[in-house]
Amino acid sequence: MTHPRYGSFDRVAETDRRALRMTVDGEAVAALVGDTVLTALRLAGLAPRVSEFGDGARAGFCLMGACQDCWLAVDGRRMRACATYVRDGMVIVTGWGETG
Amino acid sequence: MSAPRVIVVGAGPAGVRAVETLVTHGLAPTVIDEAPAAGGQIYRRQPAGFRRSLADIHGFEAGRAGRLHAAFDALAGKIDYRPKTQVWTVAGTRILTLRDGRAGDHRFDALILATGARDRVMPFRGWTLPGVYTLGGAQVALKHQGCAIGARTIFVGGGPLLYLVAYQYAKAGAGVAAVIDGVGATAKLRALPRLAAGRSTLAKGLYYVAWLRAHGVRVIEGALPEAVAGADAVEGLRLRDRRGRAVTVAGDAIATGFGLEPETRLADLAGCDFRFDAGDRLWLPETDGEGRSSVAGIYLAGDGARIAGALAAEITGERAARALLADFGQARDPARDAVLRRRLGRLDRFRAALAHAFPYPHQAAAAMADAVMLCRCEAIAAGALRAAVRDLGCDDLNRAKAFTRIGMGRCQGRFCATAAAEVLAATSGRDLAAVGRPRGQAPAKPVPLTAGADQ
Amino acid sequence: MTAVDPTEVLIVGGGGVGCATALGLARRGVPVTMIEKGLIGGQASGVNFGGVRRHGRALAELPLANRARRIWPRLKALIGHDGEFVASGHLRLARSAAEMAEAESYAEAARAYDLDLAILDRRALDARFPWLAAEVVGASFCADDGSANPRLVAPWFARAARAAGAAIHERAEATAFARDGDGFRVTTRDGRAFTGRVLVNAAGAWGGRLAAAFGEPVPIETITPQMTVTEPAPYVIVPVLGMISGGLYLRQIPRGNVIFGRGRGVADMAAGRARVLPEVSLDNAAMAARLIPRLASLHVIRTWSGLEGEMPDGLPVIGQSRTTPGLLHAFGFSGHGFQLGPAVGEILAELATSGRTTSPIAPFDIARFAAAGDG
Repeated sequence: MTHPRYGSFDRVAETDRRALRMTVDGEAVAALVGDTVLTALRLAGLAPRVSEFGDGARAGFCLMGACQDCWLAVDGRRMRACATYVRDGMVIVTGWGETG
Repeated sequence: MSAPRVIVVGAGPAGVRAVETLVTHGLAPTVIDEAPAAGGQIYRRQPAGFRRSLADIHGFEAGRAGRLHAAFDALAGKIDYRPKTQVWTVAGTRILTLRDGRAGDHRFDALILATGARDRVMPFRGWTLPGVYTLGGAQVALKHQGCAIGARTIFVGGGPLLYLVAYQYAKAGAGVAAVIDGVGATAKLRALPRLAAGRSTLAKGLYYVAWLRAHGVRVIEGALPEAVAGADAVEGLRLRDRRGRAVTVAGDAIATGFGLEPETRLADLAGCDFRFDAGDRLWLPETDGEGRSSVAGIYLAGDGARIAGALAAEITGERAARALLADFGQARDPARDAVLRRRLGRLDRFRAALAHAFPYPHQAAAAMADAVMLCRCEAIAAGALRAAVRDLGCDDLNRAKAFTRIGMGRCQGRFCATAAAEVLAATSGRDLAAVGRPRGQAPAKPVPLTAGADQ
Repeated sequence: MTAVDPTEVLIVGGGGVGCATALGLARRGVPVTMIEKGLIGGQASGVNFGGVRRHGRALAELPLANRARRIWPRLKALIGHDGEFVASGHLRLARSAAEMAEAESYAEAARAYDLDLAILDRRALDARFPWLAAEVVGASFCADDGSANPRLVAPWFARAARAAGAAIHERAEATAFARDGDGFRVTTRDGRAFTGRVLVNAAGAWGGRLAAAFGEPVPIETITPQMTVTEPAPYVIVPVLGMISGGLYLRQIPRGNVIFGRGRGVADMAAGRARVLPEVSLDNAAMAARLIPRLASLHVIRTWSGLEGEMPDGLPVIGQSRTTPGLLHAFGFSGHGFQLGPAVGEILAELATSGRTTSPIAPFDIARFAAAGDG
């Protein structure tokens, strides 16, 4: 299964951490303990949501909870991906569940 | 006299020193912070399990970061500390909060707002594409997550943060495609004498630039971003220099910002008066010389009142707490007041020089193409704002919001109002101050519909 | 004091009614000047819920609402903008058998006023609007009601009025009203004096002040409906919603935001603003999520309130002054004037030019308060 390519983050430090399991839109995505949901998505080349107004994918902007660009659903609750830390077994649904 | 109930909002440098000062003088304030740990953005603590040293993360600032963390840790047990808690409005003598999806409220006799800052941005074509982040965001990715936002990041903007973050990336082994400074070399040279007021900060800045050049990083001065190249992801950035020439730089991520602006939403909702600062081209909450706002019992400190950097924030945090204590009857130590005043005076001269050396590129912002998406949340182009001026005589920022939806999105104007004001002023032929500032409306950040529902 | 050139009709108040009146008169070739203390449509006209509704109105208002309903779809031709009017339907929700009976009897009575309502039971709701919570037992439905964008309508009416020759002055607060021979003189805070043969009181929540200046005070109250809007979410709720019991009113725009209102804030007449009460916002939000469970995952992003004039019987004051020939009133729309605005403008233009109107406005006569008003 190929993921859409939206560019990706690059891990440059702190690589020696415990691996966690999570799914994004039903697919397994890798993460390490301490990653935010946004970091994990971006390392996999994914985007948290799609703009409601037709201009395509959004992948966050400020990384500090101000821009509101990274909302998605975590275990059924809507959260900002940049401010939510990955937990083992997390189920992520991007956007409002309408993105692929 | 019974001790006043004090709430401090924000646990960055300003908030921490304010709280420390209050505790030293016998109070037990409530400390509200959105983050899971104290330190603010600049000294944001790493998640558990990360191993880098403070020196690795903060470089020259490692000592300050360590001391600030230690200062807050020493307050454990002496304060009512509520992390992961947002304040979404101030109503009279209460703050309304949100924690874990549930609404709460807290009463205060006195309130210190130390809400920090965010990046000041200039929109350009394609800035909403995945892979474009603020300079502050790019720094958070590295400091707090050990990641670069891309394999070949383009840094574009202005101000000290531009060179600092690019340097931090390069030092950490992350690819730096180019550093593009909106301010030309000549302009920076002219600013040098005034910048000398902040000797050590200036020295650090020059060091970062020199280091980058010495390590082969391409540095372009006097150019501004015009359009991102790429369809689904960043492939490069087209720039426009002073002579109007276009240059395209290749890269897979962009970090952008032109300085910082204060996060003033709560001061606004609390009813504080604002004044227009012509130097910064921003509306700032009014304070007296000691951090008192125009509302009795509400004090403002740190970058959340005016951008002056982390060191100044520590001082204004302490100063605001001291003003509060004096206002509630505690005796003052004039010697300490004098020390703070002197230090702040020196820092303020440097702050003013920095603002002068690295101005927001307001002419370029005002002239952005009609097709640039000015409001990212609502996807509204600059052309819509110009049409509102033309069709409806719009000359006021709140009117512009009503007519065009600019500023009506989830971020409530945080990342579009600054540039929108410049476009509106230029198009309607008014001074920037005359178009006004966005009227604050609660909530400060999104609140779930069920926040106040019975469980 | 600076005297401004005299005009034929002077309108005080630049809301929906004032602007529609200015357009009507300008189109008839009548010299007209409108003064507005702030910005066009800056008060109730610009911050209301945006419902364009006949459904549920007092029967006396239906002839005016019908007249307005014929104008709404023609806005693009009339003023150059459609005001984002969409006839998406309007549902009045019942949560008990008694409310259903009320809906049925209203539908019966409204038939005489060309209002065609469908009564939907729970099965019908399940088929068409399954997102309604189980506590809604039924509803009455008006297929051609809908909504529009209140922020745009008055400003585009004003633009068209200016283009047709009306003089419009913003940031011109009227501070004194007086007779001037057979006409009127209105003085503004910045020292200008406007004169006209006819004076139109379209001053909204401030309409009682103007009426009192001419010896006919009315028991107008200032109300401050509280509004809330959410982030954009998938567009599912097509009709506009109201409750037969009063209370929450709600709509979703195609862009996805859900707008709802209920309850009251706090008025600050001096500042010309209303303040939101945060607990009321939380309550309203909880109610919206209870009524439409799928909204529970949405976030509130903004709240606001505004100043509106309410009359004790819920009906506006429209028509000729009882004390002063040449003075016309149109204010006190009690929270439901937005839809009526285009028609009231036409009615006032008719009254100002011929002294008569084709619409039945007797129920709105200011004389009904002559005994009850103070003084």
